[in-house]
Amino acid sequence: MASTATVAAPRPVAAHHAEPTGLWSWITTVDHKRIGIMYGVTAFLWFLVAGIEALMIRVQLFVPNNHFVSAETYNSLFTMHALTMIFGALMPLTAAFFNFVVPLQVGARDVAFPRLNALSYWLFLFGGLFLNVGWLFKAAPDSGWFAYAPITIKAWSPGLHMDFYVLGLQVLGLSSIIASLNFIITIVNLRAPGMRLMRLPIFTWMTLITSVLIVTAMAVFTIAVTELMFDRMFGTNFFNTVDAGADPLLWQHLFWMFGHPEVYILIIPIMGMVSEVLPTFSRKPLFGYNVMVFSGVLIGWLGWGVWSHHMFATGMGPIADSFFSLSTMLIAIPTGIKIFNWLGTIYGGSVRFTTAMLFSVGFIAMFTIGGISGVMHSSAPTDLQQTDTYFVVAHIHYVFFGGTVLGLWSGIYYWYPKIFGRLMDERLGKIHFWGTMVGMNLTFFPMHFVGMFGMPRRTWTYGPEQGFTIWNQVETVGSFIIALSTLVFAINLFTAWKRGRIAGPNPWGAATLEWSIPSPPPVYNFREIPQVHSRMPLWEDDASKAGGIPHGKVDEETEQVTLGGAAIAEMRDPAHDENKMSAHDLGIHLPPPSFWPLVLALGITSIFVGLIFRQVGGAMHNLWYLMFAGVATTILAIYAWAFEPGH
Amino acid sequence: MDSSHALDGHAAHPAHIDTSTGLDSRKMAFWTFIGSECLLFGSLIATYMAYKGRSIKPPYPHDVTINGVHYEGKLNIPLTSVSTFILLMSSVCMVIALYYVQRGMRNKSTLWLLMTALGGSIFLGCQVFEFTHFYHEGVTLQSNLFGSTFYLLTGFHGAHVTVGVIYLITLAMMSHRGRLGPERALNVEIAGLYWHFVDVIWIVIFPLIYLIR
Repeated sequence: MASTATVAAPRPVAAHHAEPTGLWSWITTVDHKRIGIMYGVTAFLWFLVAGIEALMIRVQLFVPNNHFVSAETYNSLFTMHALTMIFGALMPLTAAFFNFVVPLQVGARDVAFPRLNALSYWLFLFGGLFLNVGWLFKAAPDSGWFAYAPITIKAWSPGLHMDFYVLGLQVLGLSSIIASLNFIITIVNLRAPGMRLMRLPIFTWMTLITSVLIVTAMAVFTIAVTELMFDRMFGTNFFNTVDAGADPLLWQHLFWMFGHPEVYILIIPIMGMVSEVLPTFSRKPLFGYNVMVFSGVLIGWLGWGVWSHHMFATGMGPIADSFFSLSTMLIAIPTGIKIFNWLGTIYGGSVRFTTAMLFSVGFIAMFTIGGISGVMHSSAPTDLQQTDTYFVVAHIHYVFFGGTVLGLWSGIYYWYPKIFGRLMDERLGKIHFWGTMVGMNLTFFPMHFVGMFGMPRRTWTYGPEQGFTIWNQVETVGSFIIALSTLVFAINLFTAWKRGRIAGPNPWGAATLEWSIPSPPPVYNFREIPQVHSRMPLWEDDASKAGGIPHGKVDEETEQVTLGGAAIAEMRDPAHDENKMSAHDLGIHLPPPSFWPLVLALGITSIFVGLIFRQVGGAMHNLWYLMFAGVATTILAIYAWAFEPGH
Repeated sequence: MDSSHALDGHAAHPAHIDTSTGLDSRKMAFWTFIGSECLLFGSLIATYMAYKGRSIKPPYPHDVTINGVHYEGKLNIPLTSVSTFILLMSSVCMVIALYYVQRGMRNKSTLWLLMTALGGSIFLGCQVFEFTHFYHEGVTLQSNLFGSTFYLLTGFHGAHVTVGVIYLITLAMMSHRGRLGPERALNVEIAGLYWHFVDVIWIVIFPLIYLIR
């Protein structure tokens, strides 16, 4: 019985909660740290797969009129590159950090629903595999990650290609929604005593905002793909423009209503990570914490009102175009606030340029370039010139690669010692950083030029007389430099795991709770749930770091925001910020392992496998019975789950 | 259904919920889930409304005359009004069931949980009848925009009612076996949240499809 292990006797605690070993313990784990590691490893592998797809695209475009891959394969390559990067690599890599770091940052022993957490991992794994199985049947999705209907209905996209898309993305969407529900509750409800909302570490705040975006935006997307699935499989008319008079813009509206929040889903967590890394290595609290939180909320909020800026070329009319132009330009304000606050954090600090810090600083620079080309797109007349050219490709890669990926790498260098207890090699790290910076700018900057010259995106090849050749060759060279740097990174990740220097609990001298416990953390995280008194628990006693901030200092006791010595705002709101978590320890109670999450994920996935292979010729014909097997397994697993003892 | 944290029957802290907000995590998760569901239904309703009156061929939901040809409306408003009323009344049964569960009155809890499930089943029965009838009248998933949007929206709602009925019957069986005492009233409260949500959504769907032309 767990309650016998009390905090007064530390040794029995460790003895009662030894780290389980063996493959089965990983399959049945409900520990947020292990699930985080599984998310991270799986997502990194998908990152490599999607990277190889990108390299094949670059090889194809190296010379004019190339025949390295066929036009059909090329369509699948750019589609799968986007889908695998977004749903297989980048979102799950952020989810890996949500899993590992957020419960530690709020001072909890696990997430609110450990088994649901395991379920979302298994669904992510199976969904990603399902989506990629299309390659084996030469039927990988091939209509772009946006899958614009009506071109994706059965009449114009025959074959299984887009069936893999509509079904695979439902599994992945379900996984994201479940995971985000879990994080919202964990952050709101499992905070350690004394941790008010405005004392949450900034990464946790950004996780909360992202999770809210996911549970809302993913729901819209789920309905969009469900409607497309019904069109493709059961002959409904949602996107049947020819015979039924359907609206050709319905899909675009539904898709971008999800698709634009989605880009904030990919960048807001990164903003949180960078906001953790910069203060740590500048030895200064984050500049303007409150403003950073509210600008994050504002970005998430405005992110819901800009979707049609992806549709300026569809002829929505001047009023819609003006509205979405303006709302898009508005987003530049909270984003700009964040960028200036990051600079304010570094300003006057004692900066240490570790690899994590370099990537964060690189993130600010590269993300700003991507942000500026984004503001260019927000103007509808300008956007008409840029739509469907490589200029847009340059923009999205500056925000996704220059933003999300650089920030993720920063986060990995920063939290790796906490996760595995060992430091990554700084020398290899710096090679990785400079290689990545040079490579990404060689790859993506010339895309602005070829885009302006008129090279259309998603094009299989181009002619020698069009003048795109030299820049495309520079881009391809750049992409291989990125690939080599990523190889260095992978070697670093792997060797540091066994041979890195032992990190100790707090190698960077960081301020948040996760650095107060051993690295790697024990199964129960905190032997005693910490009592939190301020935003930076580990810096409280260090006046050189906690005080002496030139501007925007927050007095933790009164929560007064002061600027230049004058009080400008009162942050305290007892009615909403009261943390009722009790301080006394009730003993360590950890949920037992469970294999039902895996069974449930298998059941749900079987339904989709059965659906797609229900009437296909060839070796895989008629797997329709898997649908019913899947439904039966799902029901069984839900009941077994609900009545599982110990949970 | 899943909680490592609260109300897990610890003898040490029987009724104490140890969370930051004082709310049980499962309940809060369910509210968040309902938030997500609102967007799911919202998208389907938006699709229905975007395509309302835009079918370019019959059958049509309401009486309409196009180019001098009269088409009879397919929707059976009286029948669905009755089934709507029954569904709404089942929410009352749900409230009564929760009342008895919280007071540990086993037989009455079981009875009213079953009554709630019965209300949902009658609603489903009417829906099955309506769907079959429509099918024979030529309203199918494939017939036109009305058919597609109507079946997906009401079918999606019907699937939710079905899950709710199974959920309620499970709770009724637990109650019958004496496994649903007052200490587990939260299970019923959460089921109630779900059931009321499904009703509230129908209150939105019913006028939009049946009453507004």
